[in-house]
Amino acid sequence: MNDFVGTGTLVRLALRRDRILIPVWIVVFVITAAGSAQASIDLYPDVQSRIEAARTSNASPALVSLYGRIFDETSLGELSLFKLTAFGAVLVGLLAAMLVVRHTRTEEEAGRLELLSAGVVGRYAALAAALIVSSGTVVLIGLLSALALIGVGLPASGSLAFGLLWASAGLSFAGVGALTAQLTEGARTANGFTGIVLGVSYVLRAIGDSSADGKSEWVSWLSPIGWSQQIRAYAGDRFVVVLVPLAFMAVLVAASMALIRRRDVGAGLVRPRPGPATAAPSLRSPLALAWRLHRGSLYGWGFAFLLLGLLVGNIASNVDGFVTSDSAREMVEKLGGVNGITDAFLATEMGMVGLLASAFGIQAALRLRSEETALRAEPLLATGVSRAQWVGSHVLVALFGTAVLILVAGLGSGISSGASLGNMGHQVPRMLAAAAVQLPAIWLVTGLVVVLFGFAPKLVTGAWVLFGIFLLIGQFGSIFDLPQSVMNLSPYGHTPRLPGGDFSVAPVIWLTAIAAGLTGAGFAGFRRRDVG
Amino acid sequence: MTSAIVVSGLHKSYGSTHALDGLDLDVATGEVHGFLGPNGAGKSTTIRVLLGLLRGDEGDVSLLGGDPWHDAAKLHRRLAYVPGDVNLWPNLTGGEVIDLLGRLRGGLDSKKRDDLLRRFDLDPTKKGRTYSKGNRQKVALVAALASDVELLILDEPTSGLDPLMEEVFRQCIEEERQHDRTVLLSSHILSEVEALCDRISIIRRGKVVETGTLSDLRHLTRTSIQAELAGTVNGLAQLPGVHDLDVEGNRVRCEVDTAQLDAVMRQLSASGIKSLVAQPPTLEELFLRHYEDDVAAEPEAALR
Ligand SMILES: Nc1ncnc2c1ncn2[C@@H]1O[C@H](COP(=O)(O)OP(=O)(O)OP(=O)(O)O)[C@@H](O)[C@H]1O
Ligand SMILES: [Mg+2]
Repeated sequence: MNDFVGTGTLVRLALRRDRILIPVWIVVFVITAAGSAQASIDLYPDVQSRIEAARTSNASPALVSLYGRIFDETSLGELSLFKLTAFGAVLVGLLAAMLVVRHTRTEEEAGRLELLSAGVVGRYAALAAALIVSSGTVVLIGLLSALALIGVGLPASGSLAFGLLWASAGLSFAGVGALTAQLTEGARTANGFTGIVLGVSYVLRAIGDSSADGKSEWVSWLSPIGWSQQIRAYAGDRFVVVLVPLAFMAVLVAASMALIRRRDVGAGLVRPRPGPATAAPSLRSPLALAWRLHRGSLYGWGFAFLLLGLLVGNIASNVDGFVTSDSAREMVEKLGGVNGITDAFLATEMGMVGLLASAFGIQAALRLRSEETALRAEPLLATGVSRAQWVGSHVLVALFGTAVLILVAGLGSGISSGASLGNMGHQVPRMLAAAAVQLPAIWLVTGLVVVLFGFAPKLVTGAWVLFGIFLLIGQFGSIFDLPQSVMNLSPYGHTPRLPGGDFSVAPVIWLTAIAAGLTGAGFAGFRRRDVG
Repeated sequence: MTSAIVVSGLHKSYGSTHALDGLDLDVATGEVHGFLGPNGAGKSTTIRVLLGLLRGDEGDVSLLGGDPWHDAAKLHRRLAYVPGDVNLWPNLTGGEVIDLLGRLRGGLDSKKRDDLLRRFDLDPTKKGRTYSKGNRQKVALVAALASDVELLILDEPTSGLDPLMEEVFRQCIEEERQHDRTVLLSSHILSEVEALCDRISIIRRGKVVETGTLSDLRHLTRTSIQAELAGTVNGLAQLPGVHDLDVEGNRVRCEVDTAQLDAVMRQLSASGIKSLVAQPPTLEELFLRHYEDDVAAEPEAALR
């Protein structure tokens, strides 16, 4: 029991540190669930309309692989929330894993855990505290979402099952976070591993769910996201399925504890190898350093984006064949674009890929702040490097990186959709153009990070909040019937819808101009402020 | 003699904390200047202003004849800085960091680099994360010392070094002095300051309270005297600068302001000195006097 001593103190410490972060996330999830349900209830007043919509969705492998299957075609609750099952589960999972890593490996890497371990804190205390905080958060998200859904008027049992669905994904990934936090010495790498596991889980369930004749449905059962979906909220409410994620979490936590017993504080399982005694001749500028710091993560993201592009293009080529009824056409067109269902699908997907690429840009630009607070900017700025050069180095990598990612995804989708449609020479340049038009909005969001960094460095992570708001506006704005003036706030809404849509130069130009203005202002702000 | 660093009337606040409160500092070209003061006195803040990382609220700062805020990058090519907390990039080796920082300063003497690595017994192939605190500090030290610069600004550079390495560091600074480099050395290690510094400045609560050579400063403190006299002593208590006088028959003990030593000795020898022990103030006493005032003043400040 001594190994757990101090857990309570650490829980309180973590809750104090996250007293803003956790409530904000809880509110975001609850509002999203309730709001989305409310909007859909109004959209599908009778059983007939629901069956129609559900059949349409289930008939489209693209939609099924994106969101999952609708198990009960008559269920109002399921139809209202099916877009939020797999997606929501991914997001809750991400939150849960990041919370665990944040209170274990991040602390350990910063050396703060060592300080505590030397006091009266058992060796499992940090992990236990992180798991308590993380599990508590996701359980609360599930519970409050369920209550909100009941409040909106959905059946109680299904609403509880839906809350459990989200919470169980959170629990699975709290376990994943616990394990990845033990593997490496860096929290960043641990979060990267978690991201890979999440991505693989999502793709596995996409493959299983969309398997045409149900032959490879079992693949969904390899995925923690799949288990959550199999609880089948509002379509049977199979509460017992939660035992699978619980068992999964228990196994991972036990494995993590075994690793903690074996390793030293601060060390990972993967020991860093010695490197070169002298720097390569090219390592002689801030830009070279920034590239060195970001390139590993860019390679990883780039590979994922290539796969994503290939997958999207591949699904797109099937869309047309499966969507046969008029109402189906109407629905898919409502989901996106104007000219042709395949193009509409590709345009929507490119928008999603653009959002993901923005996440890379935000994260890369935030590196400015983490370098500053880790006191690694100071020694550089005390050399011949000017402030503008230093900021510029990371900004350039962020802008370049997002461009590479989106173009790689465009290329991938062009190749795979072109290959199956038999017009590669036509499709590749179209998809590259569709990818390129995403860039101004992506760069604008990166520019928001830079401007915050320049003028309000303590608030710089607020860029994620803005990004989240843009994302919600884009994904749910039309369902919620938000006024156009609010919809206009999101830069992504102004991106021309390619391929297939009308291309107009004006928004591209002014999005780029705003991006440049924000970035330039950020440079100027940083030149005027104190470092540190 | 020209000055490498001139600071006058410098103020700097962080919100409500007044970190620097009219600081004056003068570091002559070619000298090794010690910068001492209790924790939180404002040493690192001063150094950050000198490096143009912070902007002073008020006052004038001149570094190597330029303005550190406006000409930062240009001036930085002529100096090297070792921070108090050295953090390295986790996936760069120590050798890579040394080369990078040297190149960004405009060049590195590779022979000197290798020599320093050997003397500091530093393995340049380890990744940043795997260095101990002392070894991280050595990385920054080697990078600074191997650069061909006029001015070294060192913020507690030896706080993580073991005694053997501390000795190597002293030799290195000695060599820098011989090459006429200017060094600003912030430190809490008194013996290091005593051994290395030509002049020192003591900072307390954002102000420099003493500055000068060690013997100048000694002059400002008290020498303790114990004497056995042939006769009784008269008039000692009336002399200025005599403290804690304790007379027991022919034995006398007292503390004397070093500036008044001459007058006191005359008075004593007038009575005939049989034995005499005079103890000059140790450096510790010198500093503790300044530091203690601070500690003593602290509770008042807290009450307010
Ligand atoms: N970024 C900051 N924000 C707020 N206050 C600060 C900041 N940096 C320093 N201070 C405060 O300014 C004062 C001077 O700090 P400084 O770091 O210059 O002291 P120091 O003399 O270097 O101390 P030490 O010997 O402990 O290194 C302290 O009261 C400190 O708390
Ligand atoms: Mg300091």
